[in-house]
Amino acid sequence: MATTLTINGEQRSFDAPADMPLLWVLRDILGMTGTKFGCGIAQCGACTVHIDGKPVRSCVLPVGAVRDRAVTTIEGVGSTPTGAKIQKAWLDLEVIQCGYCQSGQIMSATALLAATPHADDSDIDAAMAGNICRCGTYVRIRAAIKQAASGRQA
Amino acid sequence: MIIMEKKSDTVSRRTLLAGGLAGGFLLAFHLPAHAANEPVQPPDVTEGKFAPNAFIRIDEAGQTTLVMPQVEMGQGVYTAVAMILAEELDANFAQVMLEHAPPNDKLYGNPVFGLQVTGNSNSIRAWWEHLRNAGAVARAMLVQAAAQQWQVDPPSCTTANGEVIHKESGRKLAYGALAASASGQTPPKDVALKDPKDFVLIGQPLKRLDTPDKANGKAVYGIDAILPDMKFATVAACPVFGGKVGKVDDSAARKIPGVRKIVVLDDMVAVVGDHMWAAKKGLGALVIDWDEGPNARLSSKDIWQDLRAASEKDGVVAKSEGDIAKGLATGERLDASYELPFLAHAPMEPINATVRLKSDSCEIWTGTQVLTRVQSEAAKAAGLPVEKVTVNNHLLGGGFGRKLEPDMAVAAVRIAKQVDGPVKVVWTREEDIQHDVYRPVYRDTIAATLSDGKIVGWKYKVAGSAILARWLPPAFQKGIDIDAVDSAVDMPYDIPNFHVEYVRAEPPAVPTGFWRGVGPNNNVFAIESFMDELARKAGKDPVEFRRGMLGKNPRLLAALNLVAEKSGWGQPLAARVGRGVSIQPSFGSFIATVVEAEVDEQGEVHLHHVTSAVDTGIAVNPDTIMAQLEGGLIFGLTAALYGEITIDKGRVQQSNFHDYRMLRIDQTPKIEVHVIKSGEAPGGIGETGVTAGPPALRNAIYAATGVALRRLPIDRSLIAGKKA
Repeated sequence: MATTLTINGEQRSFDAPADMPLLWVLRDILGMTGTKFGCGIAQCGACTVHIDGKPVRSCVLPVGAVRDRAVTTIEGVGSTPTGAKIQKAWLDLEVIQCGYCQSGQIMSATALLAATPHADDSDIDAAMAGNICRCGTYVRIRAAIKQAASGRQA
Repeated sequence: MIIMEKKSDTVSRRTLLAGGLAGGFLLAFHLPAHAANEPVQPPDVTEGKFAPNAFIRIDEAGQTTLVMPQVEMGQGVYTAVAMILAEELDANFAQVMLEHAPPNDKLYGNPVFGLQVTGNSNSIRAWWEHLRNAGAVARAMLVQAAAQQWQVDPPSCTTANGEVIHKESGRKLAYGALAASASGQTPPKDVALKDPKDFVLIGQPLKRLDTPDKANGKAVYGIDAILPDMKFATVAACPVFGGKVGKVDDSAARKIPGVRKIVVLDDMVAVVGDHMWAAKKGLGALVIDWDEGPNARLSSKDIWQDLRAASEKDGVVAKSEGDIAKGLATGERLDASYELPFLAHAPMEPINATVRLKSDSCEIWTGTQVLTRVQSEAAKAAGLPVEKVTVNNHLLGGGFGRKLEPDMAVAAVRIAKQVDGPVKVVWTREEDIQHDVYRPVYRDTIAATLSDGKIVGWKYKVAGSAILARWLPPAFQKGIDIDAVDSAVDMPYDIPNFHVEYVRAEPPAVPTGFWRGVGPNNNVFAIESFMDELARKAGKDPVEFRRGMLGKNPRLLAALNLVAEKSGWGQPLAARVGRGVSIQPSFGSFIATVVEAEVDEQGEVHLHHVTSAVDTGIAVNPDTIMAQLEGGLIFGLTAALYGEITIDKGRVQQSNFHDYRMLRIDQTPKIEVHVIKSGEAPGGIGETGVTAGPPALRNAIYAATGVALRRLPIDRSLIAGKKA
């Protein structure tokens, strides 16, 4: 079934069953491998993308449910001011280790700051607790979100 | 940083360099034109380049490429290795490019293992001198070439930022301009290494080279490999260890759009499709009768019963000093045993491998800690000579020891035999957790005696799997697994009568393997937990008790003193809040850690604060040292709080992150790491936080509740409602 989605501002058309999770459309049909597979049951957040700016676990989101809403992935989030600020804070504070979960972390953090520009610790806990990092970079994730929120430089 | 997308050989270097320099660094994955995302191992072309050894390539345009003998799985080793090479080479660090090494034990074998292995926190320890030497030899040859051209004495030349300089005459030559003539120089036999006081890179908290592409989705992991006409597969192995496939009814699966093939092997079934979704749906639609075999009734209860019985037997003596019989007959005696569970690795990147098998060749794309082993085991599975197997390594989305095994590549080759064209095999999280190679169950029994507040006798016995006997048989000598007794035979304390035994006890059917922290993650937990019980029996403060027995270990004592100061040790705490300490001289690093935690009325544990002080010798990149400790502590504390794989009816009961839990950001304590300045040789760091966290947490709970926990993970029912 031909489907057209707006992904990172571009129209992308492809054939996929409506029940196919967006994650696999991105990775296996469109070759956009920045979005990661971690658990398949919305437990780890590695697959987080934005649908109209809101963080969504793409591993459980049927592509047929996206319809005309805008999809943003890690490949495109840097062109939003908040996404760029988050990516910069991530590198300034050297958050990343293996990096596999960080696409999802950055997508969740960007959505948090876009909605709550002055996020405090409890906002961070609530928005980021769905993203697992096996390398344990949480201390720096928290610091980087605060840096991005305050506009302070490292 | 950009990925070097080499569409064809005609792409101009200028474009690549311009892009690269804008981002600061280049990580060179040479991508061919025919696939969007096919990271092909860069052929090690040395023609026209100055290539004095396996690690350094300088072309005539001055591009310096460094080949990485150890794999990058988050621990920052690519940056550290590059810093060491560039330091002695005096390269321009802002312009270096990195390449994954191809499989080659001779060129890239870890000097400690003799194999191309990344593990045991020994990358920098093992390679330190070799890499410095490689950089220094290359530098000396460039200097010789310049001196020859200028007709001056080599010692009158200096080097910096990729140039040879002759100060006297004001002349300079870039390394690129010397590449051709340096190639003709004889490498010096003995080359002087820099005095550490002259280091310009080593010791600086430089930015990592691998992280910019990990922040924008461009980094390519094994699971991201895309080949033209590639199919996708996912697998179900017999849920019972050692079981086989019986009957498979695939009639429903075949009707699912996108399902292309059902591959039935003796021990697993794979569904091949146009994408992972088709493969997953197809797998779900299969009706498989498993031949469960002899382990169908195996349970954790049986495994523990066997291990407890084995641990009561005498073991092989791994170390004995003084007179243990006399020691144990002196003073007050305390006995205890500690038990640790099976653990899965659960790297965020589930195991995977992509294979293109042809009649005369096999090519593999994956992320592995054991490149040559993947190559040789894949060759066996493919029925091809080793040299016909190419392995393209990638960045690893976590390793933690899981990727010290080649099983995912072997399974993918077996599946690829029945598939036309390339196939990417990705394990679901459930299959990844249920078919891991688990951290073994261990039981440690300890007897010790106290006299005048000090330990006079110490008898320690480890019972558990001998991973080395399977993984590196020549290293398993005289019945002793040197990994299983690591940190037990080399305890830091002054103990006059000291005795360590090892009992090899293999759990039936459950495969065991290395897990981040390796042997010490068992031993440091038991030793440091028991130290607190002994301190209490001696009526001493746990820090004070340890201080009194560290006469031969000034580096560890300094770390302990620093952590006591920084953590506010001894300052009053609220009810049900405790501080616990652990110290360890493991992996060549000296670390002291204090955890402050609260145990609530229901027995739930809340982590408040973790403080670590570390003397890891020369810290190549101090920021990486801090990051590894922060992350390692979380990894270890996760296991202490939640980690346990249990077996029932021969199968693993846990399946995904809802029942094999991970610590999350809302449970993460404040973590403070203090790196002690040191001129000693570098120690290891990747495993150290993992081993430090659990005993310090256990001791904090002991202080908060008075309950001496002797088993992990922490059993909330034992500490609920308890107050010290």
